[in-house]
Amino acid sequence: MSDDAPVLRTYELSHLRQLESESIHIFREVVAEFERPGLLFSGGKDSIVMLRLAEKAFWPGRIPFPVVHVDTGHNFPEVIEFRDRRAEELGVKLVVGSVQEAIDAGTLVDETGPRATRNRLQTPVLLETIERHDFDAVFGGARRDEEKARAKERVYSFRDEFGQWDPKNQRPELWNLYNGRHRQGEHIRVFPISNWTELDIWQYIEEEGFEIPSIYLAHERPVFERDGMLMPTSPFLSPNEDEPVFNAKVRFRTVGDMTCTAAVASGADTLEEVIAEIAATRITERGETRADDRFSEAAMEDRKREGYF
Amino acid sequence: MEMLRFCTVGSVDDGKSTLIGRMLYDAKSIFEDQWDAVERASENRGDSYTDLALLTDGLRAEREQGITIDVAYRYFATPRRKFIIADTPGHIQYTRNMVTGASTADLALILIDARHGMVEQSRRHAFISSLLGIPHFVVCVNKMDLVDWDEAVFEQIRAEFTAFASRFHVADITFIPVSALEGDNVVDRSENTPWYEGATLLHHLEEVHIASDRNMIDTRFPVQYVIRPMSGEHHDYRGYAGTVAGGVMRPGDEVVVLPSGFATTIESIDTYDGPIEEAYPPMAVTVRLTDDLDVSRGDMICRPANQPHASQDVDAMVCWMTDASTLRPNAKYAIKQTSRVARGLVRDLRYRIDINTLHRDQEATELKLNEIGRVQFRTTLPLFADEYRRNRGTGSFILIDEQTNNTVGAGMVLSTELTG
Repeated sequence: MSDDAPVLRTYELSHLRQLESESIHIFREVVAEFERPGLLFSGGKDSIVMLRLAEKAFWPGRIPFPVVHVDTGHNFPEVIEFRDRRAEELGVKLVVGSVQEAIDAGTLVDETGPRATRNRLQTPVLLETIERHDFDAVFGGARRDEEKARAKERVYSFRDEFGQWDPKNQRPELWNLYNGRHRQGEHIRVFPISNWTELDIWQYIEEEGFEIPSIYLAHERPVFERDGMLMPTSPFLSPNEDEPVFNAKVRFRTVGDMTCTAAVASGADTLEEVIAEIAATRITERGETRADDRFSEAAMEDRKREGYF
Repeated sequence: MEMLRFCTVGSVDDGKSTLIGRMLYDAKSIFEDQWDAVERASENRGDSYTDLALLTDGLRAEREQGITIDVAYRYFATPRRKFIIADTPGHIQYTRNMVTGASTADLALILIDARHGMVEQSRRHAFISSLLGIPHFVVCVNKMDLVDWDEAVFEQIRAEFTAFASRFHVADITFIPVSALEGDNVVDRSENTPWYEGATLLHHLEEVHIASDRNMIDTRFPVQYVIRPMSGEHHDYRGYAGTVAGGVMRPGDEVVVLPSGFATTIESIDTYDGPIEEAYPPMAVTVRLTDDLDVSRGDMICRPANQPHASQDVDAMVCWMTDASTLRPNAKYAIKQTSRVARGLVRDLRYRIDINTLHRDQEATELKLNEIGRVQFRTTLPLFADEYRRNRGTGSFILIDEQTNNTVGAGMVLSTELTG
């Protein structure tokens, strides 16, 4: 025990570097123990951080698994452009599961009406994509601070052959010892950034200095007000007659489908300003900007049971 | 900014979820829409006050039954620290969930109802927190408003708890009189406790010294994954990726690799952000060695004069976590310890411990769900382990049922020598 001289420094590791190390550990563990992992990428800030963490985990090697995107056909064009460019830079394979193709093929039916969204249609396409590519582990960028059902989910979230989550029957998860064992046809959803908060994500993006899609920073765009939220107009979402369209300076806090992702009024056009706004905000990101979580108190729990992200 | 992980233990009636809700609310870490949702839900149920517990009970079944079933993780930050709370249920039928939440905690926040004092479950919570090696305890004596802020009640509980805790290993205990419902001494100092001179709960959580809790002496680096890009400029690169589980590693250090026992030196410690001069827990890094050795996942890098026990005989405390089967002598399980996986045979159940009285039952023949006992295993491969009390990273393991693939047990190494 005498092989180390007494140390005078504290060896403190900042919370962001602790979170980073934990996430890298999880990425490596999955690649070491699974045969065919894939990483779900939405183009959102969380999945951009996920890509960076994966890059770090295997450097100087390449990311040893494909990137999977469930494209609703209603995505922000800025996000699709970003997705393609990043995949190319990293030299990773991009797998796209298309909701539009499933609708065209008649296996899914599009919702209609002014409040139509393809949010729920993502789940069958995701499950079909997992099955087609035989993924045994699927990385997702969900965080436990997002929503109260997610606060209960394990880092390794076991899914049965129907992709379902059973919240009452989760495997115990202790220390950093993860159990990825499963039978043929079952898979594990893995959430390496479970312990990150929205603010951690933004602080990390700033500290690392990497690029994010432009829609996260304040910009002018036509919007209309619905349920107290600012919805962007798009070919996929039109206002009703009593919902006038106006130009506003906005940014997005989350990025999902254009049909159910609301903008927030903001003048923050630098990362620093965005972080200051997030640190001061009194409303959760999902509460503020996601129409899909407003159905009921257990909306997320119900969707997750069905196999949602 | 430092990060502190703590777990909260106590039953519904102790006001645990209320305490967390209070802390988040007073620290302004609750968002308006979450608050509105809780107010609405309380109103709908006909509660006479806003039930802060609804903030943390996330599952439908929990809200319906008004109890915490599973571990929930909560996050908040002050300018001084980021906090991760593992909110764990206190009922005996959820002991496994408490063990889960406690496994990664730096601090245990134990609630005791001032009206009832030390009860059976307080003893159980203290014992499990100690067993899981949590270095710091905070005992919140709650509902002080219901005993008229009587200092004698507080002192009585303090004395009882201290006496009980002397029976096992606890490094640091702090007692705080609080009212979670009213917020006294949670974030703001209470005017009702002039006799209390200690810190408020939040202040204590911000200041408690945790930097020395890690093992910075025994160098332990379990190899998790071998990075071999085999392309371009990195054609000959061979790095061992892993998370430092103990000690401080530096380039030039003499090391040995287990199980081979070959000695070499650390060539460099690499990260995506460039080579670094020092790596310590819990950093995830990639180590390159000077010599070309056969090293793979499950191997352990350590110092020649300071090695973990390498043994196929493991003596451990085990918490059993399933109701689908029991742990019995002669059963076989997969054991995962650091990045190493072996199969283990239960040679002996030495005793089962009554987690309420600490009585050791040497006649026990099995461990059922939520039971804890001392078990001896014989493993197919040697494990490279330290005593759990010395290193939680290299002294812990999980047991996996190879038929169901479920995690069925959690183990804490007492020693890797076969004793007694």
